[in-house]
This record gives sequence, structure tokens and C-alpha cells, in this order.
Amino acid sequence: MDFDDTAEEAAFRAEARAWLDANAERLQSGERAPGLAEGRTSPDLIKRAQAWQAKKADAGWACITWPKPYGGRGATSIQNMIWNQEQNRYKTPSDIFGIGQGMLGPTIMVHGNDEQKQRYLRPMLRGEEIWCQLFSEPAAGSDLAGLRTSAVRDGDEWIINGQKIWTTGAQYCKWGMIVTRTDPNAEKHKGITYFIVDMQAPGIDIRPIKQINGASGFNEVFFTDVRVSDKNRVGAVNEGWRGAITTLMNERASIGGGAGGGPDFNDLVTLAKLSDCDGEPAFADPAVRQRLARFYIRLKGLQYTGYRTQTALSRGATPGPESSIGKLVGAPLRQEMAGFAIDLQGATGAMIDHDAAPQEGVWQQSYLGTPGLRLAGGTDEILRNIIAERVLGLPPDIRADKGLAFKDVPTGPKNT
Amino acid sequence: MNLDFSDDQKLLKQTAREYLSEHAPLSLCRAVLESNAAYSEALWKGIAALGWLGTAIPEEYGGAGFGRLELAVLAEEMGRCLAPIPFSSSAYLATEALVQFGSAAQKRTYLPKLATGEAIGCFAHAEKPGEPGAGSIATAFTKGKLTGNKLPVPDGDVAHFAIVTAKSGDDIALTIVDLTATGVERAAVRSIDPSRSLARVQFAGAPAQLLAGAPTGWTGVEQLLDRAAVLMAFEQLGSATRSFEITREFTLGRYAFGRPIASFQAVKHRLADLYVEIELARSNAYYAAWALSTNAPELRFAACGARASASDAFEVMSREMIQLHGGVGYTWEYDCHLFYRRAKYLAAILGSANHWREHLIERLDA
Repeated sequence: MDFDDTAEEAAFRAEARAWLDANAERLQSGERAPGLAEGRTSPDLIKRAQAWQAKKADAGWACITWPKPYGGRGATSIQNMIWNQEQNRYKTPSDIFGIGQGMLGPTIMVHGNDEQKQRYLRPMLRGEEIWCQLFSEPAAGSDLAGLRTSAVRDGDEWIINGQKIWTTGAQYCKWGMIVTRTDPNAEKHKGITYFIVDMQAPGIDIRPIKQINGASGFNEVFFTDVRVSDKNRVGAVNEGWRGAITTLMNERASIGGGAGGGPDFNDLVTLAKLSDCDGEPAFADPAVRQRLARFYIRLKGLQYTGYRTQTALSRGATPGPESSIGKLVGAPLRQEMAGFAIDLQGATGAMIDHDAAPQEGVWQQSYLGTPGLRLAGGTDEILRNIIAERVLGLPPDIRADKGLAFKDVPTGPKNT
Repeated sequence: MNLDFSDDQKLLKQTAREYLSEHAPLSLCRAVLESNAAYSEALWKGIAALGWLGTAIPEEYGGAGFGRLELAVLAEEMGRCLAPIPFSSSAYLATEALVQFGSAAQKRTYLPKLATGEAIGCFAHAEKPGEPGAGSIATAFTKGKLTGNKLPVPDGDVAHFAIVTAKSGDDIALTIVDLTATGVERAAVRSIDPSRSLARVQFAGAPAQLLAGAPTGWTGVEQLLDRAAVLMAFEQLGSATRSFEITREFTLGRYAFGRPIASFQAVKHRLADLYVEIELARSNAYYAAWALSTNAPELRFAACGARASASDAFEVMSREMIQLHGGVGYTWEYDCHLFYRRAKYLAAILGSANHWREHLIERLDA
């Protein structure tokens, strides 16, 4: 048991810090990096993010866990954690490449062919081409394998029709990875095929969705006779579900592991000290102190759970469904913290105004943003099922669609 | 960074689990609970012979000279089997007090006997309802004599000596008292968990010594409690984990509506949540174990987090254990109540989770 860096880890940290010092501006105490809450669509933000990514790539600091042949440095997950800890101390642009680099790149590495790896991975790593993930549909969210967007073969091409939803960044992405229905006569998991699609292809219509926080990070994407070359098929026909699982496992690990960029425990303590409760700071109230301690202990429990996972990975374990804990605990925790922070502000809690609200309205932003965290990449309920079935070995849910051809699966009146 | 036990420590865990599954099945805990015995002498002698009581005692005082990580490993295993012995009182509190604060002579007198199990030590701190603090201790140490009442004292009825918190002039001291001396009266009081004892101990001018030869002040008491809290967290974690495993097995074997109840989402989701609570507590405990074993300054925070997290996890687990067993969970015959009792016993005797959370905020703000 050793909580400190090993000599190698310390050397790696020093190397990372030295490079960051020379190339980025350090955050001052209490200062926040430009957050994700403001939305990701500004062209200026995208350019800045791309410039930063290219700079990192040139110096060998992009996608450091990727294997060397793909441009990474084959870093361990502990090194990656150290890199992220260090980078978080600097004022760097929002990461808009995570879906590609964290989820889709690794999927291509496992399920893609050599030509696809050659063509796509390096520009993805450099941030030159941004990627999105076309998974959910209006009637296929938690039951993702219930997807209905179809791909029909036409010689060397496939023709895609249907609708995807909750597609982050579709409006500025060059490429998307899409799961489609290619055999409606097979059971639902067995007739799915995975493709890479050019987001500028004719027949693609992208419509931003305004979320409850006013931002439009997500889109609906409509496909009307969109043609995709068979060369862009990832994995075998009708076996796309395996690739989709690879993507989802990587997604949960990346959502769970990230700090989320929102306000943190120290911000909450600061707020409790500046909030007045009949002449006393709220921080003096025992009920407030109990809640604060509970938040702290839970956040630390999550952090150390992450460290335990890193320890296991560094000893050769493969990432398992345990990583669902991070998202299952972290997302509702941040939502609860935001609600508590707004309560602490009394009537001023109703303000979200950047200039008038305490702490620039960051808790109000978080309050409106965090419900999405509990849904993205698997709902709380789906994550509980994963833990129950795959970690604890409890029986799977009874499935009404088991053994049925997809076309015969019952659907509700709204979905017909 | 490496937040896990070493291979040697895991081997110790394996050995301990094998020994305890043979010599300390849950029926042993039940036997103590249902008898008039305060603890299982057979198990006490057994683990003493294995050298476990001397785990963290330096070799020069007859111990094995291992560290606190090894003690944490054993604590977790003691928790798993709900060991009906005064291990926590003697090994986490009395032994730690002597190792940390004892004079050379005190160490020579007590530690070798603690290591062999010949002597049982305990810690006498509480006096009245609430959480003892520097201002609430009325027991007084004057000119080598101790006067006051301690209630309850875990294992106070069976221990040979006690570490007693007392006022010494304007200061707070840790004192050491032979419980068979004149001026000491003690009697068992009924415990919420009769497999672990509680006693009333009254001192009427009982001969006592200052540990360390001088008052440690309240900070000394806090240091002792912090150290014990980490070890206790492991014991609680072990109990919670075992309770979880038994409950999981039960829900897999119990059928209703033609299927195992573990196949209902209402049950699966609760088991998933309980598993998560225990894992978070485990992570907090591991971090605290590192801090304890390296004397890191972070121990002040880590002990609070580990203790509050483990108390909560064990309590909620034992409560849900009964609920998920259904009616039979509320019977004397099933083992659920052994866990339910132990959860509150362990949580109470070192201070409530609320108390440790308050400590945490106080310390974070200091």
C-alpha cells in the first residue's frame, strides 16, 4: 500500500509538468478552467481545442494510452491519470475529442481492419478530424439493441435510413460511427452492423436539441438514403453488437473517470462560508457540516475506488464492469451537491446570472446540467443492472423479446 | 501509487480466513451470544497461539513486529466471522496506546503479555450519553490515584487492565490501571450485542500510572482514537462484506413467483447499491490504512472518512440483510440479527458516524 508516486511515476509527473509549464498557463487558486457548460459549438472554441491537441500530438502528449504504432506512447493507465491530474491544473481548452479518442478509436483498434486503422486513427489523435457516436434512437436508449435505423446492401455500398438522437457534436464532426439494423429477421442483437459514416454525406440532416440547461450539445441526426461504402464497415456484417459493447465499456469508464469540469467540494465549502444564516455562516450549522462531510467522504471514496482500479490495471487486470461505480455514484452525487449548494444560497439560489449569482452561478449551471450525466452512457438503472448481473452474478432480467426476430418484437403504440 | 495490499498481506488474509472459518463459524458467535460467557476463550487462545495479538507489537516486546497493514488484514477477517473476542479493545486500543505512548517500563510490563494473550487490555473512555470530549471527562487522576465512573467500557468486565482517559490537573491524560487492584469495581452491563461485552467500571482511588509519564493532552486521546478508528473500519468492512455475501446467496436460493428473488430488479438494484456502499467504504479504508501505516499527516482526515463510511455501510447492510431475508430474517434462528447487533455495537463504542463527520469538517477547516 503506497499512496505516493513511485520513482518512475514521479519522473513521469515531472516530465509532464515541465512540458505543461512551458506550453500552457497555470490556473490560479479558485480559478476554473473554461467549462463545458457554455456549450461546445463555438467555432473559436473548436479551433483553440484543435490547436492545443496538435501541440500535444507534436510533443507526444496526445492519447498517451494509445499504443505507439497508432501515435500514442503506450502509457499505463496510472500514467494517464497522472497526466490528467497535471493537465487539469492548467487553463486548457475543453476536450471535444473524447468521444473519438476515448471510445471510438479504441473500438477501431479492436474491431477495425488495417486500412481503417491507417486512415482514421492518426487524424483522430491529432484532433484534425472530430468524431461522434451515432447510437441512441428515439425508441432505443437503454434498450440500445432495439435500434431501427436500417442499412441495406447495394453492391459495394450500403444505404442507411432512420434517425439517431443524443448525438454529441454532430454539427462539427467529420466522422461518425453508427450502429444499424441489417437483418430484421434475426434476434435483435444478431442483426446489427457497425459503420463509419462521413457526416457531410448527402442525405444527413443534423438538428440541434436544446437541453434543459439551454445548451445544445446534442443533436438529432436524420438519415435519408445515405450511402456508405462497404469499406467503412467495422467488423463483420450482423456482428456489430460486439463493437458497440466495446464502445460502451470505454464510454462508461471515461464518463465515470472524468472530474466533469463542474464545481467541486472546495467550492461548496467556500459557498457555505459566505452564505449567511441569521448572522452566522451556514458553515457553522451542524446539519450543513454533516452534509458537507457526507459529500466529501463520498467523493473521496470514489477517488480512491478509481485508484484501486488503477492499481489492479497496472497489475494486468482488464477494465471490467466495476468501472460502472464511478458514473453510478458520481453523477447523482454531483446533482445532489448542486441542489444543496442552491439551498445554501436561499433566495439568491434562484439566480443563474453570471454577474449577480454567487460563484458566477456555477452551481445553478451544474443543477441544470447534471440530470443529463445520470442518463448519458447508461442510466442509473442500467448501471445497477450491469453491477448486479456482471459483477454480482445475479440472474439477468426476463426479456420479453428473447428468441423473437427483431421485426416481431412488440413495440408500444408510440413506436409504431 | 499502489492502493492495494501486498502479496504477503494477501497470504496472511487467506491464512486467517481459513483458520477462522474452521474455528470461528457464526455458530461460535451465536454460542457466546446465547451463553453467559463474555467471550470465546477458546478462540482467544487460538489466535494468541498464532501470534495475531502481537501483530503490531515490536519484536523486542515479544511481538511479531509487523505493521498496521497486517493488523488491518486481521481486523477485516475478525469482522467477517463476527469474532466474539475482545480483539478490538486489546489490539486496536490498549496495545496501540502502549506502543504509541507507553514508557519503556510500561511497554516491558504490558506488551509481552498482550502479545501472548495472557493479558487483555481495554479502553475506558465514555462516562455519560453523548460523545466524550476534553470538557466532559469527570474521572480524575491525582497523585497516582484514579477516581470516577466509566460507562460503558467495552470488555471492561474481562480485561486485566484498562487505558483510562482522565483529567490530570487542567490537562487530559491517558492512564493505565490494573483492573484487579483495590479501588476498582466492575460489573457487566447488558450489551445490544451480547457476543461482545460491556461493563460499568468504577474507580475509587484506584492506583494508576500516567501513560508516557505525563499527560498527553486531548490530542493524545484523539490520536489513539484515530488509529483505532482505521482498524475498526476494517473490522466493520469485513462484517459488512460477509453480511452482503450471505444476503446475495439467500436471494439467489429463495424463490417467489416461480423465480429467484435475486432476479427481480427491485432486489437486484438494492444489492447493487449495497455493493457500491461497501466498495466506497473499502476504498476509504484502504486510503486510511496507508495513512496509518506510514504515519502520514492525512491520517487526521482519512481516519474520519474510513470510520464514518464503514459505520454507515455496515449499518445499512445489516439492516437490509434482515429486510431482504423477509420474515425469517427477523427470527432468532437466522444469523441476520448477529450482524444487525454487531453493526451498532461497533459503531457506538468508538463514537457515532455523525461524530466522526463533525471531526472531519472541523479538521478540514483547521
